[in-house]
This record gives sequence, C-alpha cells and structure tokens, in this order.
Amino acid sequence: MDPIQLLIKDLADKHGRSRESLLPIIQGVVEQENYLSEQSMVEIAREIDLPAADVYGTASFYSFLETKKTGKYIIRVCKTITCAMKGKNQVLFAIQEMLKIKLGETTPDKRFTLLETNCLGWCHKAPAMLINDEVYTELTPEKVREILSAYMKRNNNNH
Amino acid sequence: MANSNQLKRVDFIFRNENDWEKVLASTIKKKPQDLINELISSELKGRGGAGFPTGLKWKLTAETKADEKYVICNADEGEPGTFKDREILSRVPYKVLTAMAICGYITGAKKGYIYLRGEYKFLKPELEKIIDEFHYYCKETSLDFTIKVFMGSGAYICGEETALMESMEGRRGEPRNKPPFPTQSGYLKKPTVINNVETLVHTFTIFKYGAKKFYDLGVQYSRGTKLFSVSGDTPKPGIYELELGMSLQDFVYEFGDGDTKAVQVGGASGFLVPRKKFKDAAIGFKGKLRGISLPTGGSMMLFNSSRSMYNVLDNYLEFFREESCGQCTPCRVGCQQLLLGIKAVKRGDKPASYLDKLLRLTETMQLTAKCGLGQSVANSFSSIVENFREEMIY
Amino acid sequence: MRKKVNITINGFPVEIESGKTILDAAESQGIRIPTLCFHKDLCVAGNCRVCVVEVAGQSRLSAACATPCEEGMEILTNSLKVRNSRKQIIELLLSEHNADCTKCYKNGNCELQTLSSEYKIMTQDFLELVPLKKYSIDMYSPSIMKDDSKCIRCQRCVRTCAELQGVNALTVAHKGDQTKITTFFEKAMRDVVCTNCGQCVNHCPTGALVEKNYIEEVWEALANTNKHVVVQTAPAVRVGLGEELGLEPGTRVTGRMVAALKRLGFDSVLDTDFTADLTIMEEGTELLTRLKKALVNKDKDVSLPMATSCSPGWIKYIEHMYPEHLDHLSTCKSPQQMFGVLAKTYYAKARNLQPDSIVSVSIMPCTAKKFEAYRPEMHDSGYRDVDYVLTTRELGILIKQAGLDFNKLEPMKFDRLMGESSGAAVIFGATGGVMEAALRTAYEIVTGREVPFENLDITPVRGMDGIRETTIKIENPLKEWAFLDGVELKCAVAHGLINAKTVMDAVKSGKSNYHFIEFMACPGGCLGGGGQPIPTNPEIRQKRAEAIYAEDKDLPIRKSHENPEIIKIYKDFLKEPLGEVSHHLLHTKYTKRARY
Repeated sequence: MDPIQLLIKDLADKHGRSRESLLPIIQGVVEQENYLSEQSMVEIAREIDLPAADVYGTASFYSFLETKKTGKYIIRVCKTITCAMKGKNQVLFAIQEMLKIKLGETTPDKRFTLLETNCLGWCHKAPAMLINDEVYTELTPEKVREILSAYMKRNNNNH
Repeated sequence: MANSNQLKRVDFIFRNENDWEKVLASTIKKKPQDLINELISSELKGRGGAGFPTGLKWKLTAETKADEKYVICNADEGEPGTFKDREILSRVPYKVLTAMAICGYITGAKKGYIYLRGEYKFLKPELEKIIDEFHYYCKETSLDFTIKVFMGSGAYICGEETALMESMEGRRGEPRNKPPFPTQSGYLKKPTVINNVETLVHTFTIFKYGAKKFYDLGVQYSRGTKLFSVSGDTPKPGIYELELGMSLQDFVYEFGDGDTKAVQVGGASGFLVPRKKFKDAAIGFKGKLRGISLPTGGSMMLFNSSRSMYNVLDNYLEFFREESCGQCTPCRVGCQQLLLGIKAVKRGDKPASYLDKLLRLTETMQLTAKCGLGQSVANSFSSIVENFREEMIY
Repeated sequence: MRKKVNITINGFPVEIESGKTILDAAESQGIRIPTLCFHKDLCVAGNCRVCVVEVAGQSRLSAACATPCEEGMEILTNSLKVRNSRKQIIELLLSEHNADCTKCYKNGNCELQTLSSEYKIMTQDFLELVPLKKYSIDMYSPSIMKDDSKCIRCQRCVRTCAELQGVNALTVAHKGDQTKITTFFEKAMRDVVCTNCGQCVNHCPTGALVEKNYIEEVWEALANTNKHVVVQTAPAVRVGLGEELGLEPGTRVTGRMVAALKRLGFDSVLDTDFTADLTIMEEGTELLTRLKKALVNKDKDVSLPMATSCSPGWIKYIEHMYPEHLDHLSTCKSPQQMFGVLAKTYYAKARNLQPDSIVSVSIMPCTAKKFEAYRPEMHDSGYRDVDYVLTTRELGILIKQAGLDFNKLEPMKFDRLMGESSGAAVIFGATGGVMEAALRTAYEIVTGREVPFENLDITPVRGMDGIRETTIKIENPLKEWAFLDGVELKCAVAHGLINAKTVMDAVKSGKSNYHFIEFMACPGGCLGGGGQPIPTNPEIRQKRAEAIYAEDKDLPIRKSHENPEIIKIYKDFLKEPLGEVSHHLLHTKYTKRARY
C-alpha cells in the first residue's frame, strides 16, 4: 500500500470513520506531511466515505491546514497588533533576508515556508512566531537569525 | 465599588493547593440542584467575552432531557491580546478538568472535550498526560466522566460556541442559527455546556470556597475576579487577576508607561478608550456601573502617544477580514468595505465624510450579522473613528 | 396538530403553529419578506441576512427564515431600521457582485436584480470589490458555466448538490474575504464528479451558474439554406415552456410550441416522444430477455435489477459512484440519442437527404443532455447524432428573439415519420413515467391483456415520494412467456440522485430484490430538470406533473406498441427490437469514471 494510504488508514483506525473524525485525520496527515496534497485528500475521502469536495472545503477553511505544498518547516510570524507594534516587521525582514524568500514562498531546498498568522497568544512577549508547533517569543532580528541557523544545522533526518 | 486608588489583586485562579481530588469528591456528594443554586447565587458570568450567566447555562442544560450530553471547554483563545487561558492550562489544568467533571455530574454529561486552538499544540502532550491521571482518579471514585482533547487548526471564529461545535463535527467553522442554543441542541445536536477555560476555573473556586467568597469580590452586576492579559506599551506586560469593577484610570495608573494615549479593552472585538475617557470607564458587565461599562475577555492593550490609531484600526480590520467565516453578507463584505474604506479615506480617494457612511455600515453589521464576530466589529471601529477621527484622515 | 402561538406582525395579530418561522407566518398573512439564500427545496441557511426583521425586545434584528415564532412575539417586517439594514445588505452584495447586468445571461431573471430594483438602489457608494479579485469563469463543461464574479455566496448550489442530489460536487472553500464556492481542489466542473444535472443552475439566484447556451449556433444553422434542420422536443418541455412566456406553471402548450418551432424556421418539427415509444419497445424487450435468461437459463451473470438509462445525469452518476454496476443499466440509448441517430439514417433516407446536410437539434428540460450529445460514442449515424441541445429556457429565448407572440399562435401538429407518439411516451417527463410506460407495454406483450389498472393509470408508480415501489404479478401469460407465470415483477422508481444513492446502495449490498428500476436524476423527473424554467419548487413541479398526466389522458393512443409510426419503423427499418440494426444504432456502452 502507498505510504499515504497506510498513514490515512492508521489515522482512521485511531480516530474513527465518521464525519467527526475528519479533522483529527486531516491534522494527522498534516503533522506527518506538513500539508494536504490532492492525493491525500482523495485518500481521506475514500477511507471515511466522504465527498472529496467536502474534504477540500473543510480543510481549506483552517489556516493551519495548507493545501499547497510547503517546506519542511513552516514559519508563521504573528502580525496582530501587539506583535506589529513590537517589531514584527524587522523580524520579518530579517527572515526574508536570511532565507531569500518573500511571504508565502518556500525556499528552493524545500526547507522553509514563510507565512504570516494572527494572534498566537504571546502578546506580553511580542513579537512571536511559530515554526511548525514550536513557539518562539521576544524575537529580535538577531535572535531570529540564531533560531533559523539552528534549524538549518539540523540534518535531514531530524524533525 | 472597588477601592478607587488601588487595583485589588487577588490570587484565586493560579493558587494551587493540590486539593482538586478533595474538591471533586466533596462536591459530587452534594445534590446537583444545590450546586446549581450555588453557582447562580455567585452571579458568575462567562469569562470568554460574552458574559452569559454560568449558573443559568448549567441549569438549562441539566433541565433538558436527552440520552447524551456534553461539556466542552472552549480553549480556542484567539482574541488579540488575550493569553490567559494558555497560562491556566499550563499552570492549573486540574482545576479545569475538575470543573468539567463537576459540570458533568450536575448536568448528566459523561463526556467532556477541551477544544484547544492549534496555536497551543505544544500544550497537548502535557495536558493529555494530566488527563490520563485524572481519568485514573475518576475510575477509582466511580465517576463516569472522560475528557478528550480536540485540536483546532487556526481559525479565530472557532472560538464562537456554535462554530466550535461545527468544527468538532468535522465541518467548516461556520456559526449556526440561534435558536436553538447549545443548552438545548449543541454538539451532535445534544445539550451541551460550553464554557471558557477561565469560567471553569472560577466555578472550581466557587465549589471550593462557596459562592459568597466569589460574590464578595467585584461590584454589583460584575461579581468576582477576572484575569487580565496586559500587553502593548506597558512596563508590566503579563497576566493579572483583578477584581471586576475597577476604573480604567486606576488600571492605567498601575500599568501605563506614563504616556498612555488609549487602551483597547476586550481585544479587537472590544472598545478603544481614549485618555480623556479613562476616568469614565469601568471594567465590568452592563449594569449600573458608572459611565461606560466594558464587558471583556480580559485583553488590555495599551497604546502610547507614538502609536497611530489608524494603524491600529487597520490591523484590526485586516484581522477580521481574514478571520470572518465568510458565511453572512454583512460580515464578509462589511469587513472588506471597512478596511478598504479607511484606506481610501487615508489616501484621499474618498472624502472624510465617507467615514460616516462606514459608521452606519458598522451599525448595520451590529444589527444583522449572524454571530458575535460581525456584530462586534462596530465596537472598535466606532470607538476609534469617533475618538481619533483626525488620525483617520491625515 | 401542533400547538398554536399568538404573535403580531406589523401590529396585526396572527395565530400560527408553534415552530413555524417568522417567514412562514408572514407568508400566511400575504406578506412577502424578501429572501435570497432561502429556498423551499433546501434546509434553512440564514446567511444572506436579507430577510432580517425587527422583533420587539431584541437589540439585534432576526433572520425571518431561521427564527421560530414564539408566543407574544411582536414583529415588524418593514420598519425604518429593517428597511435601512436591508438596503445596506443589498448594497454590500452588489459591491461584491459583477453588476454589469446588461451583459449578463440572467438579465431580467435574477433575484438580486429584482431585489435591487424593489429597493431602488440607485447609487453605489461602497467600493467595488470585484476588480480587486482575480475571478475566472469556468466554461469548460459542455453543460454548465460558472462565473464567480456573480456569486453572492448564498450557498444554495452547495446545498442543492449535497442535500437534493447527494453528488457533492460543489463546496464552500477558504474563509473571510477569500470565501468562494468551488469544486474539489478548485478544478473545472468538467473534471470532477459533477453529473451535469443542472439543479445548481435551477437554484442559483443570480447569473453565477447558468447553462452553456447554443443559441447563436442554432440561429446560424437555421439561416443556412444548405442545411436541413430537424428539431425534437422532450415531453417535459411542453408543460414547462409556458412559464418562460408568461403563462402559469402547468399550462400545456404542445400545439403552440410546435407552431413556434415551425415559425423559427426548423425544417421538420418532430417529437422525442416518438423515440420514447421506441425506447419502450427496445427496453421492454431487453428486460424480458434478461428475465428469461435469469429464470429459464438460470444464468447467474444476468444483471438484475435492470435500470433505465434515459437520464444522462443519472448515467454520469452511476459511472462515477457505482462503476462496478454498469451492467445493470439498460443498453438502450436515451430517446434523445435514439432520435439523433435515426434522424441521420432512417429519416435521411426516407426524405432523400444527405446525412451531412442534416443538423439535429433537441429541446430538452435538461442540461446533462448537452453533455450526453457530446459523448464520444454518440456517433453511430456516422456523424454527431445530436448537434445542439437547447434547454426549455433557451427555446423561450429563441421565441422571444423571433418576436413571436406565443399566445396568438395557432396550435399545430408535429410533422410525420418521427412525430407520432403515445400517452405512454409523454409521461416520460414525470418521475414514474418510464416505469408506467414500460409496464403498459411489457404486461400486454407477456399476457395479451392490458395492465390491470383503471384507465391504464398505474397510480402506484406516480407521485413525488423519493422512492416508490410496486409489485405486479404475472398470471396466465401467453404460451411464449410461460416461464413468467406467477412471477411477481418488483419495480421501483427513484428521483433525485440522493434517492438513487439509497437504491443503488441496496443493489450494491445485494439487499435489493427488484427486477426493474427507473432512475431520474432530477427531483420530479425531467419536469424538474436542470433546463426547465426558473424558479422551481415543489408546487410548480406538482403542477407540471398534473399537466403531463393530462396530456397522456387526452392522447388517442396510450401504449407505445400501438404507435403506428413505431410499427412502421420496425417494419421498414429496424425489423425487430434488439435486432442487428437496433443493436448498432440504438444501443450504447458506458464508461467507468473515478469516484473522486
């Protein structure tokens, strides 16, 4: 069986095959693959007997469920008011300069995708960002460069 | 009225005396009706921003006949400037779980869910470990109540109770028509209590210490304490538990940086209060509070004179434009019109009088939008435009 | 009888059943509260917010379609607050809408246009949002066109495709200002499970979803003196066309329709009902053949139940959803396609015409027929069997463009050779009609007697219930059919694809013991088809159904096998049902398609 099919079958075994299981299953796929490909959406539809359009319509609603291919590490910089006030733009520029990509883009080596997001709930330690599920707060251009360097040094087998 | 020159800091929420098992055991020995009365007499109101009387909510759910009921903890904290629920779930999660189990006992619900926003995924492993221990205890005491964590995936609107339930049912987080209300028809169409994290912790306090202890704090119509998430231009950003009813002026004395131009009370869905109105505003639910009363989820963002109120409003509208579920006309199109409208006025493409048309639009949104998101955009829009009109134009 | 509650509407007292909405209560008083996302066929959405009303004591306005009446409610449907709010909402919708009405296909029949006109929206102070978005028009499907710039996101199409049809080709995607109605992965409708049934087009209040029209192509063909243009008209058209031309739903306009078509310049006005009768002959024989194989030869591979195959929306549905069960379909083509192939063979020869000089046009209540005509296998005449399919709506447009005053036309009769039909044929337009027609013929072939129903009206298969069934016992058959003696022929009828799913799931799981099932993709059968006049609702469809059965009653011949033109075509051309000529021209195969 195709690895995606296997993954989805396991997720369905774990979460069930009803409509209520849809989000946990989609989240499970995103956790592993970082985004939802067309193939994985078809497989989910097949596995839990839902129309493919419903899977797509539901997934596309949620900002953290990407349907476009992403890099391994998705950087989400908070752009809501307090982070905006506390220097999010400088942080964003630093990232853009270091990775040589603009908002919405992925690095050519498929390592990083840069996105903006809304309030992460760390306003007292603004500016903040997520890289996948990890939170980084009290950011400065320098700090963010350190963080990204550490990620770059991670070898390809590490997650 | 709270003491005018001093903010009463209290420590009920984060106080951890490791006695949740005792509280749970002793509470479920009492009669459900007595517990409901206790909650009602405490006058506890929801702490997520909507402020619905908690005792009444639990009472209505208990009274609805059904074969299945649910308790949901709304941990989809997404209001800009709010970060208290995250702290609660990190520091005193047992209080939340205990409160949910007690609610289950009172209403007849056997299953509880914590809807945790996707941005707080890092809390999940620890939380689930604690839930396992909690289940173990429940089994030991024959309490039939299990809790599961349900993850959100990045949608502010899922903090709205019916949108949350739609999300849990595997659909887009589009709010439902009300009536019916969750107490009659909620998750999977069954009676459901859905409460904010902080509200649940307050019920714990009430069940432990009795309603009077809670009632004695705060002021008429706004009993008890609240967690305030303070951020922005302040030397003391952080979370503070304060009595309700405090005057905004006192708050600014305590938390301002000496140059506070305005305070946003209640996040982007709340009100911006300019310096000249600080003394007229009190933080609490509608009632006979002096001056403006500002119900709130507790988000307090301070802006000093270096901040442009135009940028602030632009930021909020950008937020709403993206986070609106898109279902209903006034919110979906209204948010776009408001954002593009203030940009056009700033650029000079539209005259200053266009702001009045936009203010009328926010009134319509307030009257006709399907859920709280669309209904609340008017709050920040009108309070900013009316108090800082000149910053919108030049 | 439910409890009643007392409310007031605009000061007048009203007694209404508890649980009914404010919208229902107002309607009962002759007050029409404007709506957009509300539709009688669908569940309540409550998202357009056009129907907001004022309820005393509430700080906000309530959506009339979604708010149940409660004792003591005081409702104002037209207060200043309500009017101002409603006006603003319409203005907001217009700002998000491509309001270039003069260039829109739905100009004159658009609910948003009607609403703006009612409220006299004569200025647009809000900013135009359409130029800021990159909208595309999906024109790839041969049946349906989708224009996002006209979508008001009422979600009626999504609800239709989900609740009414169970196809779920459409969904709402993204959120906020990016909210749009689209398909799986935003593909063209041609590339997803869309069955082309056109119910979304019927339910769309604006011009966002419309049929692909072939009006100019047909005008050109009619103007071409080198071409002999033949037209066939489906049974459901003659009870729907009147609505396009100002007549009440359920008006029978057969004679005037023929007269109009002649005046439009068609060289020969013929009737799909003729080939409907032909379909009965072929399909009836096919059913009896399968029964014989099953009961006499004890052939385990015979596919029973047999399913009708005249609804192309149903065909595409089964091809996507139950590709392993295509053998259950009758191999008969639909009446439209049988007509098309015969027009360029049998008819051409009889009239001494070169087949490539014939342009074959059909008027259908259906959008899926456009897809059907372009299926690659529909070429058995040696040419494309049906060149252009026009919906009932498009015929209405042609008639108006020709300046014909429909009511003043003298009724005329169809032309000869393929224009004669029976009552059994005309009832094809209603759900249950194909079944009834087939039974009238098959029963008589087998027993030599007429069906044991008064007036040949097989009422058990009629009506609007989603799934209906009936059992006909065969007793004392003719010697040739002795193997059917005592057999209880179990028949079922399903209309609306959501009911097709229920029936097919039973077939798939082996739980179904039917012999013959009629499937129609559209609610009500073809009379509720995706190409019929808009609006549609249960009452309108009921009236059209009554008209169809009235047509049947008034026809001199009520059974397909007694149609003299049918007898003639077998004698002169086809020889026998399922014979070699029939096999080559009138039967087809199907294509397995992906489920997702």
